[in-house]
Amino acid sequence: MNNTMPVRFKVNGKDYDIQVEPRRSLADALREDCGLTGTHLGCEHGVCGTCTVLVDGQPVRACLMFAVQARGKSIRTVEGLATGDKLHPLQEAFWAHHGLQCGFCTPGFLMLALGALEAEPDISDEDLRHVLSSNLCRCTGYQNILKAVRAAAREMRGA
Amino acid sequence: MGAIGQPLRRIEDRPLVTGRGRYAADNNAPGQLHMRMVRSPVAFGRLRGVNLRAARAVPGVAAIWTWEDVKELPPIDFRVPNRELEPFRQSVLAHNYVRYVGEPVAAVFADDAYAAEDAAELVEVDIDELAPYLDPTMEPPEFMPGTRAEAAVLRKACGDIDAAFSGAHAVIELDLAVGRHTGTPLETRGVFARVDPASGTLVVEGAAKAPHFNCKAIAGMMDLPLEMVRFHEGHVGGGFGIRGDVYPEDVLVCLCAWRLKRPVKWTEDRHEHLVAANHSRDQRFRLRAAVGADGMLLGLDAVIFSDQGAYARTPGLTAPDMACAMLPGPYLVPAYRAVAHVRLTNKTPAGTYRSPGRYESTFARERLMDAIAARTGLDGIEVRRRNLIPKSRMPFGRGIISLGVSIEYDSGDYAGLLERLLASIEYPALRADLSRRKAAGERVGFGLACFVEKTGRGPADRALIEARPDGSVEIVTGAASGGQGVETAMAQIASDVLGVPIERINVVHGQTDRIDAGLGAFASRVTVMTGCAVHAAAEALRSKAIETAAAALAVAPDKLRLSQAVVHGPNGASVSLADVAARSLAGGAPLAAEGRFRSDHMTYPYGIHAAVVRVDTGTCGVHVERFAIAYDIGRAVNPMLVEGQLVGGAAQGLGGALYEEFVYDEAGQPQATTFADYLIPTLAEVPPVQTLITEDAPSLHNPLGIKGVGEAGLTGAGAAIAAAIDDALERPGAVTRLPVTPMRLHALLNDGGRIIPATG
Ligand code: FES
Ligand code: FES
Repeated sequence: MNNTMPVRFKVNGKDYDIQVEPRRSLADALREDCGLTGTHLGCEHGVCGTCTVLVDGQPVRACLMFAVQARGKSIRTVEGLATGDKLHPLQEAFWAHHGLQCGFCTPGFLMLALGALEAEPDISDEDLRHVLSSNLCRCTGYQNILKAVRAAAREMRGA
Repeated sequence: MGAIGQPLRRIEDRPLVTGRGRYAADNNAPGQLHMRMVRSPVAFGRLRGVNLRAARAVPGVAAIWTWEDVKELPPIDFRVPNRELEPFRQSVLAHNYVRYVGEPVAAVFADDAYAAEDAAELVEVDIDELAPYLDPTMEPPEFMPGTRAEAAVLRKACGDIDAAFSGAHAVIELDLAVGRHTGTPLETRGVFARVDPASGTLVVEGAAKAPHFNCKAIAGMMDLPLEMVRFHEGHVGGGFGIRGDVYPEDVLVCLCAWRLKRPVKWTEDRHEHLVAANHSRDQRFRLRAAVGADGMLLGLDAVIFSDQGAYARTPGLTAPDMACAMLPGPYLVPAYRAVAHVRLTNKTPAGTYRSPGRYESTFARERLMDAIAARTGLDGIEVRRRNLIPKSRMPFGRGIISLGVSIEYDSGDYAGLLERLLASIEYPALRADLSRRKAAGERVGFGLACFVEKTGRGPADRALIEARPDGSVEIVTGAASGGQGVETAMAQIASDVLGVPIERINVVHGQTDRIDAGLGAFASRVTVMTGCAVHAAAEALRSKAIETAAAALAVAPDKLRLSQAVVHGPNGASVSLADVAARSLAGGAPLAAEGRFRSDHMTYPYGIHAAVVRVDTGTCGVHVERFAIAYDIGRAVNPMLVEGQLVGGAAQGLGGALYEEFVYDEAGQPQATTFADYLIPTLAEVPPVQTLITEDAPSLHNPLGIKGVGEAGLTGAGAAIAAAIDDALERPGAVTRLPVTPMRLHALLNDGGRIIPATG
């Protein structure tokens, strides 16, 4: 099958010009065509949230969006979180609070939390729990993820 | 202060939080092929033929294999050889019969993952359907002409069971079941294999759990010399016992890379994972218990049915064997007899899922403890107190053998832990609060479950260690990691001896070309077995460093000591470990040592889970409000990681208690094939888990006193939640089967009877 189409979008501030089939998911385009394997695939049917990235600031499940739908958009992935060697407060907090074990769900949780905290820096605890319950983690039992995001939220408000 | 016991943050996390992890699907190479499986759409049938014509025409398809193409391969063997199970091994591709929905029938290899999937959809499989066998409590049919679909009958016994029943005050009979669950790591399975052009060896990425065994097994199946195959473990997105067994897909990827001399990649999708990766649990317990008037469990007679699914897989009989061995748990039980029927049904084959046989048997045993309380009118906690093995009886030999090792609980103060747990949850106040809420009409309840774990499976482990002139240390182990923090734990053990900060310690695991042997990671063995080998290696390295430094400083070795990575002598003389390493290297040999550890015993940590639940009679939902775990680990290497294991495990145990289940319809079609049907808990379902980690009973079987913690977060969870639901409903013995789904709770509330068993 070779009916590919050109797509241009920005990922972490950098322009990417790729040629994809219309059916190619954004997640596959990021992982295979852009080489950004930090975005993971845990189910490819929209439940687990490991593929979460920000598209124009909104958390999106990259397995449920076609690459062509991201045309002209600005995407942020886990690879863009740190500034050089300096980790983002969310990354620091996940590390400090043991918010990850295998780390497979971590990029999705980081981007989900980033989207939520950027949209609503003073998010209530109840709303935060609600947001974080949209992604799955099979290792941690979530409590340390919640602690980490709360700590990062404090840090981000203070900064 | 030494590094052991410190809640240090993990050395493995930086790549994982920055998106630079390297999981199986992150491997790529130019010219690679992608594999896609064609799987049986029916539960049982005679395979008449496979038509590949249309599929072959898809552009990009390089090869499609059916059984004819791989028939020289033997079926997949067991980690521990087992003649009895041999007839039930699985071939890498089906021939003659298909035996479960999801069984690999053909493998498509194409130069693009989407093309491989397109072609796989065009493969036509011709099957004459047969009636499936789905209920292992029914008489087993023939598996093959002349062979019954009963893979094994396990028997364990101790004490005089007949005498126990003849002297009993009461006999209690229970019929209990735990549903079919699995680990569902968030990373699905994946393999990447290529032939290294320089060496001509087959290099396999994506290994897990038991890389050395798997390497040997696959080399053997492909008839390659062992040195021609290398297995590498990268980052692993969760294992939980089910990832890293030898599966048909692993063999096919390796074989294709070898035959076609092209890199081959396979990434499982979630739908496949739920029908093709090992299932587990699914055990039914028929218990008869002889009980004294004082609530003592005098004798336990158990018949267990274990649903093995369609084939016997790499772990063999581990789960049913553990169920039989650990059913008596922390209680005296002077007479015991168990018979376990392991039967082959037309479902996904079963292996081991974290806490195999213990999650199930703990559910059964603790339901029995609650039933004894109900029958004798005693309080459930009091019944447990009376039956717990007293500290004075330690070490306690059960007089039965499991997995080739005699069961002997090495140490423990079970009753002491129970009192500490009750104090930590402020039990009297908790009870009073529940009574108030019950009186106000709320359906709330409390339950607890006691258990013994079985960790640190031997028999042996080995570690290599080397100090480098730049101040770093490398440790090479034969362990594996599913992401639990193995590198940090090993580094802490070495740091405790050498004083090198853990950030400067690099821990290698799962690389078959770095160390010639290793057992990997299962049965909560790594911290115990590999940890003690690392400890021995670090001590040997310290001795060598002191000898080398003694020559350099011209003092006797016994005047020197190593602390904070510096060798100190008399009068302030000192030389750093890095300098010692440099000197040693200049002298022609690296500063390196080896450590070995051997143990023919397993260690037996123990714990208690407690739960408070609220039942919503409108929605038939069960909300776990509080969850507490008390666990004696002997000695904690890193309490933060221990807590992480317990809390994460509790979430899985809660999933199995309330939500997760592989249900089949009467045709053997699996009903849970997405994450929308197989429901793993989210943050909304998992309450904060209160942990009480004690070090009262160090293991007697290793110099560090360590016991394992990999699985204990699950073991009592199903049992404790079941008891809490009974209490909330004020109907003792109501819950007889896990998970307690809303459907089952609805039936229970409306029938006024027992929770009905699921079909199939
Ligand atoms: S991979 Fe996208 S939601 Fe699971
Ligand atoms: S850390 Fe493993 S899935 Fe979340």
